[in-house]
Amino acid sequence: MTSFDPRLVRGDVALLHRDINGQPITYLDSGATSLTPRAVTEAMTRYYELHHANVHRGVYQTAAEATAIYEGAREAVARFINAPGGAPEVVFTKNTTESFNLLAKSWGAANLGPGDVVLLSEMEHHANIVPWFQLRETHGITVRFIPVTDEFRLDLSNLDELLVGVKLLSITGMSNVLGTINPVAELARRAHAAGALIALDGAQSVAHGPTDVQALDIDFLTFSAHKMMGPTGIGVLWAREALLADMPPFLGGGGMIADVSVDGFTAARGPARFEAGTPPIAEAAGLLAAVQYMEHLGMANIAAHEATLTADALSRLQSTFGERVRIIGPTTTIDRGGVISLDVEGVHPHDVSQVLDQHGVCIRPGHHCAKPLMKRFGLNATARASFGPYSLTRDTDALLEALADALAMFG
Amino acid sequence: MAGLDDLYREIILDHYRSPRNRGELTAPPAVRVEGFNPLCGDEITVYIDASNGTVADIKLTGQGCSISQASSSIMSAAVKGKTIEQARETIATFKRMMTVDESGDTGEPVNLRSLGEIAALQGVVKFPVRIKCAMLSWNTFAQALDEVPAS
Repeated sequence: MTSFDPRLVRGDVALLHRDINGQPITYLDSGATSLTPRAVTEAMTRYYELHHANVHRGVYQTAAEATAIYEGAREAVARFINAPGGAPEVVFTKNTTESFNLLAKSWGAANLGPGDVVLLSEMEHHANIVPWFQLRETHGITVRFIPVTDEFRLDLSNLDELLVGVKLLSITGMSNVLGTINPVAELARRAHAAGALIALDGAQSVAHGPTDVQALDIDFLTFSAHKMMGPTGIGVLWAREALLADMPPFLGGGGMIADVSVDGFTAARGPARFEAGTPPIAEAAGLLAAVQYMEHLGMANIAAHEATLTADALSRLQSTFGERVRIIGPTTTIDRGGVISLDVEGVHPHDVSQVLDQHGVCIRPGHHCAKPLMKRFGLNATARASFGPYSLTRDTDALLEALADALAMFG
Repeated sequence: MAGLDDLYREIILDHYRSPRNRGELTAPPAVRVEGFNPLCGDEITVYIDASNGTVADIKLTGQGCSISQASSSIMSAAVKGKTIEQARETIATFKRMMTVDESGDTGEPVNLRSLGEIAALQGVVKFPVRIKCAMLSWNTFAQALDEVPAS
């Protein structure tokens, strides 16, 4: 049973009760990292205070407890994304970026070579670009991009042509710059019809709405705990069990082996094969708590709440500032999440952010690790505001007031 | 607490709105060096003609925030006509002004009066995140000086 009231969520997040520059904090940077509720930090503290032991090793009670927490997190994640094969399909990494590196350097290196194409889009984060460029250097693959239209959507008019020779379509579920939500199920269907697999960058999308890997019919999924109210330092690569079984290990060391002799090693089976060394156990405890917390709120409720906030913000930004503040992304909430990138006339995004900071308003200036997208729209940077489950209309009020101040100062 | 007025002085806003020495020089004979701030996407290209040991001309292109743009404009006006040696001293003085020690106090005292409009950038040091914005053009200019062929 779910229960959602953003004011109660706010009560669970201590940071939102701080003052910044003498004003209550307005946190609008959940796209960069989301704030953690007390349930998450308490779960991590509880691990360190009561269950601190290494996992998969000791036979004493606290070691068994630590292992149960760590593996419990894997099961919770599998349930959260509806993994058909359950926990054995969930690999813990450091973050989304490491998940993509694992995907490219393990699955990619083993399965791709000259002539094989990896299809990306112009709205990808560098985490879903650079590992493929690296694979191009080492394995001679071809990297191709789906263009983005002037309306900030994927241009799928030539998709069949673009899919020729493609072995993997790797694409974001929701742009971290534009807020655009991509038609993943349709992309999966068309990729599969062309004989390709599909990987979904869920870094943004997983935290802002339900993710069902079976309904989407995707093959790989990457995301980070810290963008879904969990801690930094742990991320996920989900892969279909059959794909994971054939992937060679990425990092070597303890924990990832079945056997080691002076002659060589045999890699472990399942997720352990990719989790060399002591894993992020406290972080897994935090991720477990974050999954439970978000499930309690209800992902559909979070999506609906953020859609309401986004519609209100888009409408008021346009009515208040007109042409002086350009929205770099769709201006309706159809297939659009709560990430709003702004180009403020005559004010560089860094200066926008500086003035906003004076109002206690936290947004993110920069290229958002999406330089190909910035170049597509002739921009160097944008000022990006993004919502989370704890956001309220009064956050938008503060944003608008601070933006007016920035325009006045530089206008 | 540092206020925005410390950062966005009128001189800075003036240089941001009306940047000096914008443009390009033919390179060679001019030296052309690009500078990037990969974290924020700011970029600058510095062109200098210093073949006779003096910064006879300097031109800038690029884009960035008000601090990086104003800093480059102020720098260009300050170093134009100076000998390479004097220009290096000005860079060193500016870098000293941008230094924050661990206690959060500003670094060794700088004779602000001698700095002219450069002194307007002094407030940047109170906003540590923005120091790299102010430094970009100066570092790029320093590199350009290093690349001036020995005559």
